[in-house]
Formats: sequence, structure tokens, C-alpha cells
Amino acid sequence: MQALHSKKIAVSCQGITKTFGEGANSVQALQGIDLEVMVGELLMLVGPSGCGKTTLISVIAGILDRTEGSCIVFDEDMQGMDTSRRTRFRGENIGFVFQAYNLLPTLTALENVAVPLLILGRPRKQALIRAREVLGQLQFDNRMMLSLPKDLSGGQQQRVALGRAVVHKPRLIVCDEPTSALDHVTGLKVMELLRGVALQEERALVVVTHDARIFNFADRIARMDDGRIKSFEQNGVNHDS
Amino acid sequence: MWSVAIKMLVGDRGKYLGMLMGVTFACLLITHQEAVFVGIMTRTYSVITDLGLPDIWVMDPKVQFIDDSKPMRDTQLYQVRGVDGVEWAVPLYKGLLRARLADGNFQSCSVLGLDDATMIGGPPEMIDGRLEDLRQADAVVVDIVGAQGRLAKPPVLPGEKPVPLKVGDVLELNDHRAVVVGICRSSRSFQNQPILYTTYTRAMRFAPRERKMLSFILVKARAGQDLQTLNRRIEAATELRALTAREFRMKTFWYFMKYTGIPINLGIAMFMSLVVGAAIAGQTFYTFTLENLRYFGTLKAMGASNSLLFRMILLQAVMVGIIGYGIGVGGASVFGYFASGTEAAWRIVWQLPLITAGVVVLICSLSAAICIRKVMRLEPAVVFRS
Repeated sequence: MQALHSKKIAVSCQGITKTFGEGANSVQALQGIDLEVMVGELLMLVGPSGCGKTTLISVIAGILDRTEGSCIVFDEDMQGMDTSRRTRFRGENIGFVFQAYNLLPTLTALENVAVPLLILGRPRKQALIRAREVLGQLQFDNRMMLSLPKDLSGGQQQRVALGRAVVHKPRLIVCDEPTSALDHVTGLKVMELLRGVALQEERALVVVTHDARIFNFADRIARMDDGRIKSFEQNGVNHDS
Repeated sequence: MWSVAIKMLVGDRGKYLGMLMGVTFACLLITHQEAVFVGIMTRTYSVITDLGLPDIWVMDPKVQFIDDSKPMRDTQLYQVRGVDGVEWAVPLYKGLLRARLADGNFQSCSVLGLDDATMIGGPPEMIDGRLEDLRQADAVVVDIVGAQGRLAKPPVLPGEKPVPLKVGDVLELNDHRAVVVGICRSSRSFQNQPILYTTYTRAMRFAPRERKMLSFILVKARAGQDLQTLNRRIEAATELRALTAREFRMKTFWYFMKYTGIPINLGIAMFMSLVVGAAIAGQTFYTFTLENLRYFGTLKAMGASNSLLFRMILLQAVMVGIIGYGIGVGGASVFGYFASGTEAAWRIVWQLPLITAGVVVLICSLSAAICIRKVMRLEPAVVFRS
């Protein structure tokens, strides 16, 4: 805990609320979230379905506007940016890992990993060299790199997604249920890789999960319910929010 | 990202081919209908086209189109010849006469009576015999389509093909003997009747006798003579109507446009092909976008701007459009190549591929616009919805 506090803050959320809809049909998905994520930290957001975990990482990642409160990511408030600057900031600073992988089905594993670099305008050749390097770290051989997602197992696809999330060296990676579609052993392997490859001193990870088997990979766990963070746990110590 | 856009498009072969087929069929059908329309309409004035030498056609003021001849007095030919600026003027008889076939049937033929001295107005190409042979007694020249088709002699044995007319064969034209002295090739006419060429004097003999027989006066202007000025001069001197060859073609064209069902019927067919093509291409392209919405959302979440996605979709639409256009117009041209020389009225002119290109741009733009709108409005947060 002490070590974390001495580090720089990657994400700072204060009083975040998010309401979907209007009037009697409105739903308040987030009800005053206060959260800090440190650089070099792997924070897990856990809680029952519908508690607001995914909404919270969407707000943190700048792909969903909050209703109230503030959310500063690496000293920048994305909601205050114009659309093009926000998109650029997201492209440069945030990596995504999705539950359903969301790999482009007609691109090879190598090309999928290169996509974030291509979006940032890197030359194709350079992007593919870097993608090959990252997939090498994720223990992909040449044949697998040139395979289409449909020809890869779930674990391999999630490794490709992981490669895609880190290839452009973002400072924050958000993962939505990265192991829910995988069996236990594969899930653990993916989490090992996530910690080993993605988590670095200058980078923060926020992982949304239901999967209690992977809780021990977290530096800190934020338990959510009903749009609020109920408690934080760190190294087995429970702190009520 | 161009390579990503192209791979997204062509990676799913089924959908890609579906989109391509939509645009291809739209292009094929539209180009085909356009070419049929042009083919039919150019046949309406094929006689004027084949008679390339005269600059001006002089006719009765009430004439509405080439087949609507209202005979003039022969003396009016001399009046025209006397107009200042006229290099020469020759008579032309144009009428429908009945030929009696060897099997006893009758066949209407379009007969052109050419100036006896100059033979101006003859067919563009002689296949057999010479045009000068028309000076022989009872001579006629028959067009190849008529000679092999409607004027062909009955087969020698039942079940065999009819025997084409050849030089030396004899016809009975309006109860007069006519001897075939030549076979020619001329543009097919709108009614697709056999065309017979003979001299003006002999045509007078073949045709039922009327007080006035002169159908048209063909005029060549002197070198450097302004045709419109000459037209006005001829009209003032003769009280006839004088039109340049182009004006007469257009007059005939617009007569058929106005008083026949050709434009509306072909127009409906063209419109239907446009709608069908647009519907197939648009629907497939829209489905493609819907199915890729998750991936567009993913790209958006990962930092792809709206303008980048716009350009990607536009590239995909342009690519489908260009390839579909190439195959469609190419296919239509191949069809036209094989249709040439047959009964099919099919003619492609340089404007048609441009019109088809315009339609394809419209189809692809509409399809792309619908898809772009959908992607522009897409919330990137959709990527977290499983």
C-alpha cells in the first residue's frame, strides 16, 4: 500500500455518476465513484452483473461520457477534450482487452496486433515488425502469427488481443472479463502474460472480472455493487469504502 | 489503414461477392438497357445515317420523321437546284412496296429509289455485285439481312434452311419483275423490313402511280456554305422544309420518343434494373456494415477517428463500385460483341459507360452514406457489450 502511494496516479475519479435515459425510465449506473489507480498497479473491479463495472471502465477509457464528477487519466480529462483530440489521446494512451476478443476476423493475428499502430499512422511495415516482436513475447510462432482468428484457440485469441492492447505502449490498459471465455488453465496463463507483459512500471491496468480464480493476480481489488465501490482489498486486507 | 479496410471487405468472400454481384448486375442491366435503347433509337433514323453524302434533306413541311414521307412534285427538285449555295440536289423515293415471295407469301419491303445518274443514296457497303448494275433492266439491290431472311427462297427439301436470295434471282415487286443485281449491307431499320435499292425512275414504275412521287430531295451545299442559311434560303424559295442530316435524325428521334412507348417502356426497365441493383448492393453493403459494427466500434475505441472510418468505408464502396462497374460494363460489351450482326438492337456509344458510371457512383454513395451514418453514430462503448 505504502509503495503504491509513493507512485504517480494514473487514474483519478471523483464523484462519478452515470445516468442512462431520462425521467422515470432513467437508470443510474454509477452513483458517486471515487477511485484512484496508480501507475504500475493492476486494479481489479469485481462485483455482480449490472453493478456498473463495465460502465466505469468505459468512462475511465473515455469511450463513455460521465454525467457528473471528474475523471483524470494521466493528468488529462478526456471529457473536456474535443472529439478528435480525445480519440487521439485514447489511441495513444489506452489499450483494450475485450471479453469477446473483438479481433478483426479477416486479418491475421499479426495484422490484428498491428492495428493500433496503423490507426496512429505508423507505416505498415514498421507496424508489422513491432507486432511480430510483441507476438514473439506472447510465445507465438510464425505459423500462428499468420493464422486468422478463427483458426486460433480461445486462449490464443486472447493473447492476440493482449498483444494488440500493448503493441503501441499505452499507459493504461483496460480489460473487460479477459478470462471469462477461457478455461481455468488458459485463463491463468493469460493472466500470467497480462501481468508479465502488460504490467510495467509506467503503466496501469484496470481489469473487470467475475472470475474469482484470478483475484490473486491483482494488486488491489475494488468491489462494486449497485453503482458504488463498496470496498477495496489489498493483499488480502479489506478496507471498506 | 487502407489494407485493413480492403481486408475487411474482401476477407469474407461470400459477402464481398454478394456486394460485387449487386453492383455488377446493376451495371450489366443498366448498360444493356441503355444500349438496347440507343440501338432501337438509332435504327429509327438508320436511312439518314446510311445516306452520308447529302448535307440537307428537303421535304414536305408536314413530314414528322423519315418514314412519314409526304410526296412532293418533281418540279420542286428543280426549284431546289436553282437555290444559291446548292452544289447539287438529287431525288430520293422512299416507300413501302410488297414483294411476292416464291412460296406465294407477300413481304413488305422498304424501297429506296436513287437518282438515276449519280446513284447518290446507295448502300454503304456492297457485298456482291456493283451499285452501277442498277442500270440494268429491272435491277434491284437487296440488303443481306433481307436476302437471308424474309426474302429468302423456300428450302428445296422440307426441314432444310431457306435459300438466301443471290445475284440473278428474280422477285415480283408490286406485280413488276425485279432482278437482284447486288447484295449489300445497310444499317437495320426500326421495322426491320428488307431494304431494296433501285433507281428513282424504276421505283416510280414499281410503286403504285400517284400524282406526286418525290419523297425527299437530297442536297449538297457548296463548300463553305453555312447550312442554316442555305436551309432558310431553300425554305423561302420552295415553301418546303429543309433540315440538315443531323436535324432530320433528331426530328425522327424525338418523334419516336414522343409518340411511341419506347422511352417509357425502356425507361421502366432501366429504372427497375437501377432499383434492383441498388437494392442488392445497398442491402448487402448495409448488412456488411451491420455485421462489422462491433469491429468498427473496436477501431473507434482504439483511437480510429470518424474521418478515418469514413475514408475506410468510402474506399470499400469505391472498390466494390469500380470492380463491379468493370465487370458489368465489360460483360455488357461482350454481350454486345456477340449480338452485333443479329436482330438484337444493341449499340454502345461513349456516353453510355459514363451514364452507368454515374449510376454506380449514386448506388455506392447511397450505400456508403447509410453505412457511414451508422458508424458515425456508433458509441465506441458498444465494444464492451457482449
